[in-house]
Amino acid sequence: MGKTLFDKVWDAHVVETIENGPQIIYIDRHLIHEVTSPQAFSEIEQRNISIFRPKQIVATADHNVPTLNQHLPIKDELSRTQVQQLEKNCKKHGIELWGLGHENQGIVHIIAPELGITQPGMSIVCGDSHTSTHGAFGSIAFGIGTSQVAMVFASQCLLMNKPKSMRVNVNGKLNKNVFPKDVILYIISKIGTNAGTGYFCEYAGNIFEEMSMEGRMTVCNMSIEMGAIGGMIAPDETTYQYVKGKEFAPRGEDLDKKINFWKTLKSDADAKFDLEYHFEAADIRPMITYGTNPGMAININENIPISKGISEEKALKYMGLEEGQKLSEIPVNYVFIGSCTNARIEDFRVVANYIKGKKKAENIKALIVPGSYHVAEKIKKEGLEKIFSDAGFQIREAGCSACLAMNDDKIPEGEYCVSTSNRNFEGRQGPGSRTILASPLTAAIVAVEGRLK
Amino acid sequence: MEKLNQLISTAIPLDIENIDTDQIIPARFLKSIDKKGFGENLFRDWRFQKNGDINDSFVLNNKTFSGKILVTGNNFGCGSSREHAAWALTDYGFKVVVSSFFADIFKGNALNNGLLPIQVSDFFLKDLMKDIHEYPNTLLNIDLENQKLIYQVKSLEKITSFEIDPYKKICLINGYDDIDFLINKYSAIQQYESQRVIIY
Repeated sequence: MGKTLFDKVWDAHVVETIENGPQIIYIDRHLIHEVTSPQAFSEIEQRNISIFRPKQIVATADHNVPTLNQHLPIKDELSRTQVQQLEKNCKKHGIELWGLGHENQGIVHIIAPELGITQPGMSIVCGDSHTSTHGAFGSIAFGIGTSQVAMVFASQCLLMNKPKSMRVNVNGKLNKNVFPKDVILYIISKIGTNAGTGYFCEYAGNIFEEMSMEGRMTVCNMSIEMGAIGGMIAPDETTYQYVKGKEFAPRGEDLDKKINFWKTLKSDADAKFDLEYHFEAADIRPMITYGTNPGMAININENIPISKGISEEKALKYMGLEEGQKLSEIPVNYVFIGSCTNARIEDFRVVANYIKGKKKAENIKALIVPGSYHVAEKIKKEGLEKIFSDAGFQIREAGCSACLAMNDDKIPEGEYCVSTSNRNFEGRQGPGSRTILASPLTAAIVAVEGRLK
Repeated sequence: MEKLNQLISTAIPLDIENIDTDQIIPARFLKSIDKKGFGENLFRDWRFQKNGDINDSFVLNNKTFSGKILVTGNNFGCGSSREHAAWALTDYGFKVVVSSFFADIFKGNALNNGLLPIQVSDFFLKDLMKDIHEYPNTLLNIDLENQKLIYQVKSLEKITSFEIDPYKKICLINGYDDIDFLINKYSAIQQYESQRVIIY
């Protein structure tokens, strides 16, 4: 029987299989940030263990950093302590840190791909569930808890049982104004938020083959929102071209050798998946969420549907919405364009292309938060900054920002925010905030129109 | 890690599905650099009203229910990978969480912190939830060795078996963790590294 793409990459990372037990899986790259690493450093220090492979770890500060005046000391004491702790820990253990003010700083899942750290065939982990983003390159990438961060510190390995495999196929032709974000929201709305639990998911079909790398990252990023451990897309010419020439990408003979290997990274024709779904691209429309999990999503022309069960009723109550209500009646006052899902340069180009020459609606506060310092620089160089500021958008510095509202970028209680991020959980963007997930284009339209349209 | 083999306790019924880790511990409480004290903010926005007063209608504030076992709805622990969710539950005093389905990362985090996630059928969960509501003093007997959850209601014994990874079971019973295991595997790991053809 043939192997899946996932089998091929996973099997290449098995150090040892324990009899009647898990496998020891080798980790090529470990990405860390300030929020989920301090307790892991303490753990290994208490046990007097040194970090096994510090050169395979890259650190940045993103979750808890301000997006204004990053050159000044962080005002919030707890946030400042956490960021300083990361600096101390990295210095002590010889780990490369791209902190605030460094030109490589940014959201961990944005910087690793843009610097060529993420490559096909790798195993990549991070103490963050959106690590699945890196699967866009045909790597196995998944989020881990802090105990596991400590395990990777101690051994560059994890003990794991091999997940089951699933494949989501989308073929055909996408409708106008349908973006990768809409594709993944559509998939989650159809299969549910726990359909992928226990599985590693491959996305296949011409829709993903034709997507840019940034679009593929948006799709893989949200794999965790359907419960999957990770998502991946077979590497192809688009992937090689993206990786080539990046700062930490292989070069010369090494690159040729790797590309030859990467070409073998695709599911065999006779590979069997434990679970498989097929969707028609033409059925997908621009999507938005109306509830408190990413599976509660509808096409933007629909009305709020009838609730299925108590949990959905509770979600609607939290959102202050009613069954049958028109989306255009929702009093949206905030728009957030950012996060590891949609804060890459292509996302901002889409937004700028739409708002050029327009102004944001009076009722809307619109926040643009680039995914990295490099993305912020491109926004300036390409002249997008002027378009955004002329339209009345606020432009901030790089970080996770209002996606999880650990810093000051919070949506006030009871307010609706159309957001390009990945989660619409209760209070995700601040206590009592109400999140409506959408693509960057939809968010831009809302900013200009002042409501969902 | 603390050992866990058998536990007999009453349980708290939290009958909500899809409880994500942002509800278990909201992001604004993740700024600590150690593992202690997260119990204070467990289910923060459900336990407390917006003005900081206690929300009497939330089950954790209902004096009728107490215990070291949380019984909760389908797909518990979805969302963020934050291990703070497991720390908050153990710090609050929970040793076991019973649900009909757990999200993967949460399940792993729980097991790495001596918190036992027990997956039962939808039917058993519904029945258990009802029984605890009707008879809050019901004692659940968690027998990890034999992988059984047993309780009695009106002299009727109800029992279910549960699955656990055999390796993880040994870890919990003995209080071992994966780090103890992995640091004894350095030679195998180094050998793997030296034999790789494609090196990243």
